[in-house]
Amino acid sequence: MSRVRPVFLDLRRIALPLPGLVSILHRVSGLLLVLALPSVAWLVERALSGPEGFAVVVVMLDAWPSRLLQGVLLWSLLHHLLAGLRHLALDLGWGLERVMARRTAWLTLVTALVLLVGFLLVGGWR
Amino acid sequence: MSRHASGLMAWLMQRATAVYLALAALYLLWFVSVDPPADHAALVAWISQPLVRLGVLLAVSLLVAHSWVGVRNVLMDYIHPLWLRLALLLLGGGLVLASGLWLMWVVMVAGV
Repeated sequence: MSRVRPVFLDLRRIALPLPGLVSILHRVSGLLLVLALPSVAWLVERALSGPEGFAVVVVMLDAWPSRLLQGVLLWSLLHHLLAGLRHLALDLGWGLERVMARRTAWLTLVTALVLLVGFLLVGGWR
Repeated sequence: MSRHASGLMAWLMQRATAVYLALAALYLLWFVSVDPPADHAALVAWISQPLVRLGVLLAVSLLVAHSWVGVRNVLMDYIHPLWLRLALLLLGGGLVLASGLWLMWVVMVAGV
């Protein structure tokens, strides 16, 4: 058996089909969520520290720049969650055929965006 | 453990943790959008429920494992110079572990 496997991971030259896009966005969103962890830990610590800390967190979450970031992170969470469920289904052998794989990739991409808009409109996220 | 087995373990762990984290994420999304705590007292009352505290602690520890495997996978795929890969692994692992431990500490002592 050949020990040299063909590996092609040059990000600048990969032309992605839709399932590939969903997959790479799964990685990007996961990375964004990890990068947000220190800030989330800080916010939770402040909010739990006392009424003053809680008030500070409320003001911070209400500010526009942070709202934009929250939007990005909410999308990251939704996309990562849905794409993750899709990958679990693929692991179980469900939806492996090309047509089905494309359809679920499309569904994942759109559902994450629709849910994002839904959350923002319902405004539970103010 | 052989390198193959450690890869298989990471693969399995990523999926097992994902199932719990998915449920936890759905619960938290529901919580913050439908029934967000109005003030500090309400937040502490919520986190002080034994089931919530335990559930959040479990979620954070599984999140640390899940994040570490994810960061490791991504770095191993795209970052090829060994020194840079090791530096970023250290940075990413440190960031995840420090945030996770801090979160767990905060959640453990809240309202106690």
